[in-house]
Amino acid sequence: MRAPTDLRRRIVLTFAGFGTLAAVVCLLAPLVGSTPISMPRVFDRAIPFADNVDAQVFFVARLPRVLAAVLVGASFAVAGVVFQAFLRNPLASPDTLGVSTGATLGAVIVITFHIDTAILGVSAVPVASFAGSAGALGVVYLLSVARRRGTSSTVLLLAGVALSAFLGAVSRLVQVIGDYTDVFRSIRWMMGSLDVGSYTDIVVPLVPMTIALAAIATLPRVLDLVSLGDPAAEARGVDVRRAERIALVSASLLTGSAVSLGGPIPFVGIIVPHIVRLIVGADHRVVLPAAALFGGSFLVVCDLVARTAFGPAGMPVGAVTALIGGPFFLWLLFRRFR
Amino acid sequence: MADCGLMLTAENVSFAYDRRARLVLDDVSLSVPRGAIVGLLGPNGSGKTTMLRLLSGTLTPTAGRVTLDDVAIAALSRRELARRIAVVPQDTHSAFDFSALEIVLMGRYPHLAAFELEGARDLSIARDALAATGTSALEARLFATLSGGEKQRVVIAGALAQASDVLLLDEPTASLDLGFQLDIAALLSRLNRDRAVTMVVSTHDLNFAAALCTEMVLLKAGRVIGVGPTREVLTRERVRALYGVDADVVDHPRAGHLTVVPLARAD
Repeated sequence: MRAPTDLRRRIVLTFAGFGTLAAVVCLLAPLVGSTPISMPRVFDRAIPFADNVDAQVFFVARLPRVLAAVLVGASFAVAGVVFQAFLRNPLASPDTLGVSTGATLGAVIVITFHIDTAILGVSAVPVASFAGSAGALGVVYLLSVARRRGTSSTVLLLAGVALSAFLGAVSRLVQVIGDYTDVFRSIRWMMGSLDVGSYTDIVVPLVPMTIALAAIATLPRVLDLVSLGDPAAEARGVDVRRAERIALVSASLLTGSAVSLGGPIPFVGIIVPHIVRLIVGADHRVVLPAAALFGGSFLVVCDLVARTAFGPAGMPVGAVTALIGGPFFLWLLFRRFR
Repeated sequence: MADCGLMLTAENVSFAYDRRARLVLDDVSLSVPRGAIVGLLGPNGSGKTTMLRLLSGTLTPTAGRVTLDDVAIAALSRRELARRIAVVPQDTHSAFDFSALEIVLMGRYPHLAAFELEGARDLSIARDALAATGTSALEARLFATLSGGEKQRVVIAGALAQASDVLLLDEPTASLDLGFQLDIAALLSRLNRDRAVTMVVSTHDLNFAAALCTEMVLLKAGRVIGVGPTREVLTRERVRALYGVDADVVDHPRAGHLTVVPLARAD
């Protein structure tokens, strides 16, 4: 067992180790694809960018998608960590409180009713999905305010499950109205896709993501304490209600932005936090950065597999996350409890 | 320690969880002298846990006020309060794999600035608290794998690491076997004697309370029905009034304190 004396060392190691992983993955992933390109040519400053096809493929065609994967993976993973700590439930995930189901409803409505007009240069689907998650977030917020009157985290969890089921049912109802192409498009969207067109698509969700991550960065010790229960945390000086509101709103904001960028990609938000805890321990001062960096790297690798391993058509990244992540997580669990 | 200045007081405190709900506590006044161990006794639902939460400032009274050294605790921030008052909840579960030492180090939270990591001093305070509760050997063990008695002692160590001068304990022996109950009673007496920790202990165990507490507050249906030194408050009549139980209250020569032997339901 690690002695907490070397917490500083653990934090440095976490940033160094998982940071290197993320950097390497981001650098190598854009090299792979249907058009082979070479790293030395990509970074060859002697060739002007306009003539350097390899650099264009790297920076224009592939890097935006890789960065989108990093952001989406990191957001889901961090949101998962926060939900699991505050709800004191290892099965909690970014979807637990209905936020990504709300986002899905928004997207399905836009796809089915062909409201495809771009708003301020951003296509309507991400905007609608973000609006949907904001609606669910509103409900979550009201629930967390109601907690002041003594609602337990179990009630919050149950309410989230109910809200999620309800919004999911409305999505399916809307799908029934649509024709086959609409249904195919919306199902494809629900499986997740990181096929972003340009850097602009990334910059828009990056704003709420940055705000939410900055807010969560103030909370790691609070997450440790609330995982022992609200009374224990309060007795040690945590303003639990205030922290909870910041945490739930930030985590929902992360989820909403991530879904609007990449669709409701499953698995990352529930499993990455557990994988990370098995590697670095329970202290959220190492768990949070590790989850962000590992979640980002993990989704880049999954997306790489999704867009290359099954021919030019590719497969939905949402299927790959579970196909790769499931066995990996089970292996970690067995190795630990053997 | 012998200084008898009033420390923690509740003045005409009433509390209801909901505006329309009945009062859980109704006009309760009590005072906890410096260096005392005050027992909070009463049947289930009499308001003991609520009273402790009001004393720790995690709940705010509907009427009346709680003061700490003549300062209303409502005026103190949660962190300031946590540096003065530590709480041991009835039972503590850890959702994640924290070691016993990590749990104890969390007691240092109110003393650290935002983003400040625990330093060598915090670590030595935590180790000292583990030693004081006889749990040094458990330092590296995962909290979740400890027995009930070990967990309770580690949580008490965490409260000690908080370095407060008041300790509130909610039924600290509720889920413990006889041996551990004696261990906890001995531990609390020792902490009171050696470290001058003032304590308020809620419990259902009259003999545990009689052995440990210098004073008692008897709560029934949210009202105080007896308050004072243990030897004056703990009587046959009071036990009957409190629990509806006929009992013998006798001075046990070998134990050196009052003992309560329940005989039958009184009604």
